[in-house]
Amino acid sequence: MSYEYNEAVDGPLIDHDRAAVVAQLRDRVPGLTILHDMEDLLPYECDGLSAYRTTPLLVALPDTVEQVERLLRYAHAERVPVVARGAGTGLSGGALPLEKGILLVMARFNRIVQIDAEASTARVQPGVRNLAISQAAAKYGLYYAPDPSSQIACTIGGNVAENAGGVHCLKYGLTVHNILRLEILTMEGERVTLGSNALDAPGFDLLALFTGSEGMLGIVTEVTVKLLTKPQSTRVLMASFGDVERAAAAVAEIIGAGIIPGGLEMMDNLAIRAAEDFIHAGYPVDAAAILLCEIDGAESDVQEDCEKVEALLRAAGSTDVRLARDEAERQQFWAGRKNAFPAVGRISPDYYCMDGTIPRRELPRVLAGIEQLSAEYGLRVANVFHAGDGNLHPLILFDANAGETERAEALGGAILELCVKVGGSITGEHGVGREKINQMCTQFNSDELTLFHSLKAAFDPKGLLNPGKNIPTLHRCAEFGSMHVHHGALPFPELERF
Amino acid sequence: MRGILIPMDDSDRLTDEVAQAIASNRPINIRGGDTKSFLARCATPEAMTLDTRSHSGIVRYDPSELVMTARAGTPMSEVSKVLDAAGQMLPCEPPEFSGSATLGGVVASGLSGPRRPWSGSVRDFMLGCRLITGRGKHLRFGGEVMKNVAGYDMSRLAAGSFGCLGVITEVSIKVLPKPRARRSIVLELAASEAMVELSRWRRTALPITGACYLDGRLHVRLEGGEGSVQSALDRIGGDALDMSFWTALRERELPFFGDPRTLWRLSLPNATPLMSLPGDAALDWGGAQRWLKTSASSTEIRWIAHGAGGHATRYGPPDTTVNPFAPLAEPLVRLHRELKKRLDPHGVFNPGRLYADV
Repeated sequence: MSYEYNEAVDGPLIDHDRAAVVAQLRDRVPGLTILHDMEDLLPYECDGLSAYRTTPLLVALPDTVEQVERLLRYAHAERVPVVARGAGTGLSGGALPLEKGILLVMARFNRIVQIDAEASTARVQPGVRNLAISQAAAKYGLYYAPDPSSQIACTIGGNVAENAGGVHCLKYGLTVHNILRLEILTMEGERVTLGSNALDAPGFDLLALFTGSEGMLGIVTEVTVKLLTKPQSTRVLMASFGDVERAAAAVAEIIGAGIIPGGLEMMDNLAIRAAEDFIHAGYPVDAAAILLCEIDGAESDVQEDCEKVEALLRAAGSTDVRLARDEAERQQFWAGRKNAFPAVGRISPDYYCMDGTIPRRELPRVLAGIEQLSAEYGLRVANVFHAGDGNLHPLILFDANAGETERAEALGGAILELCVKVGGSITGEHGVGREKINQMCTQFNSDELTLFHSLKAAFDPKGLLNPGKNIPTLHRCAEFGSMHVHHGALPFPELERF
Repeated sequence: MRGILIPMDDSDRLTDEVAQAIASNRPINIRGGDTKSFLARCATPEAMTLDTRSHSGIVRYDPSELVMTARAGTPMSEVSKVLDAAGQMLPCEPPEFSGSATLGGVVASGLSGPRRPWSGSVRDFMLGCRLITGRGKHLRFGGEVMKNVAGYDMSRLAAGSFGCLGVITEVSIKVLPKPRARRSIVLELAASEAMVELSRWRRTALPITGACYLDGRLHVRLEGGEGSVQSALDRIGGDALDMSFWTALRERELPFFGDPRTLWRLSLPNATPLMSLPGDAALDWGGAQRWLKTSASSTEIRWIAHGAGGHATRYGPPDTTVNPFAPLAEPLVRLHRELKKRLDPHGVFNPGRLYADV
């Protein structure tokens, strides 16, 4: 799709003169760092979805909450849209700037305010990197559980906006399960506390509503996260399979046996070969699929579960099961998985990372469906996914210079629609952002979207926070939403044959 | 009341009744098992009652998916029986009120049991719901998948909203396998010693899933693999305790709760030290939840809870002059009213049950 903000379907925005806004902000927000020269703006024109680029009206880099408050008051009064950004690692264009809007970069809020080891909590500013929290907590034997693959760079504020996950979600949950309290600013510049230091707070659960709201409801200025005690023991098993369906069935077997692994990941042959070629993790390059199953907890329980899982994997038809001998080998097994995306990047000029979720039982059917779609569209797909929680990351390989971008996007759309068709979702952890704005029309009907707009309006009645993201207007759905459905060669009619 | 015990889809009737209420601007009191009427700010005499129990039955449950989808009116006795047969459970351990609480009521009230600090709350396990909205539409949010960040998280917002934002008609909730080993012990300790032990245990990875200090005794539940539970037992010591203690605590059926004075629930930050409370207290959730039997004024109790960084909820006996729920800070009051106004523009859903104008 054309990703640029389209006033005809996304809603009108007011034109503002850049120089005038800069001058007014300088006046109203003392000490605020503002970037407005073209060359300074360029690094901010995209987030992790680098195919989408828009130059913002200006970039603001506040150092204090008071500056953010003043900036929002100004933007609210003058009706200037505001797009918040942390490290800009998001993969759905959620921090894609607006030509007519301020890009509010929260990266300078990078201080860990307090770690309370006794209560197992940390109070951190929104620009603190995800991994930095665990590093700071390590000396107390604690860590922060959600670990999105971008964790060395992504910020906790962005994690809250996206409800970020990672490879350990099945057991340890998403961001929403691991935060206690948020300090936010509304678009009007009002300070509000959501949640509390206790395990619950009176009234509606606005903390849950806010988490994953993609910068549409307010700006996070402080996060209190829960910290967990590091597990005593962590082991990982790698199982090879001669076909993908057996690997998928093994996943259900493990969970059906009452074992909740810390991580349960799957890669198909194309992903295995790419990763092995890049990282030399010791992956079996002839296997149709591998499963990585991590078990953590008390030493004796881990031992017991590893034995059970190994037996289950063999019974499920695994051709080879290897238990990482030591921590070094465990890290090596994971290194292949964690570098799967860049590894695929080496075997294709471009790749497009998808993020659908499905009920686990649908894994074999959906994988067969993806294979069929891949053949129909004539583009290779490498599959890497969080098998334990049914979160797929098909990587579509294409060459933008050969004019394959549109075909890749169409294939991606078809894969997501297949996910919705089997009862899943168009996004498990990357968010809707700008990327999946049209697919939202497939997942939700107009009444559901209208309710979402009502929720948004309760926080931001003027619609100034991140317009054009997350929830499509009904107008957009009428215009573009049904596009894929009529697009020929699509999965729905053939579903039964998978 | 027709068909209470026959599982059936009665959502059309519920939707029609909501539509009528909207058309006539008449408020509705939503009820399931009517087990939590003690948690209500006020009754609305002119309201009509919408009983969800006719809309009941488990819609889908495949244990290897770790999800159960059931209609709101399904009694918890049924939910627990079916989960139990598959060796699974709702880890948040909501009170069941002899099984007559409904799944819809459990979600709408969001009350969790003794395992909550270690497992998560009712809302943590919410994956999706269906809701009859303030515009009379029957809509679906979330789903049965473990991860889903499409759109706003309406289903988690519905949890604990006490029916003020719509009628929950169906719930998809994450479930987990029951632990392989479970043991329960009791230790005779002074309160201060118990706090020291709790703090020490917090820093280790002991498989604790319940910790309650009551009447000079620290009650501990351990759940996990055989090995970890056994080694924790070896380490902690103590005398065996019947597992029924945790059910009685969850249902507030221990003798402590029989005291005729007012019962308060204080929700406090982890690791809140012992505090002097005006009355008799039971520490639950390893100290993060404290039950208080007292004759002290609500002002005093709220002041104490607030001062400790938490909040207090009044559990009874009924008193129409006191709101059971803690007052909200001013900016939150505004957001609550805005949400109510926009999601329930005719003000039909449990108006005033939580707060004025909400």
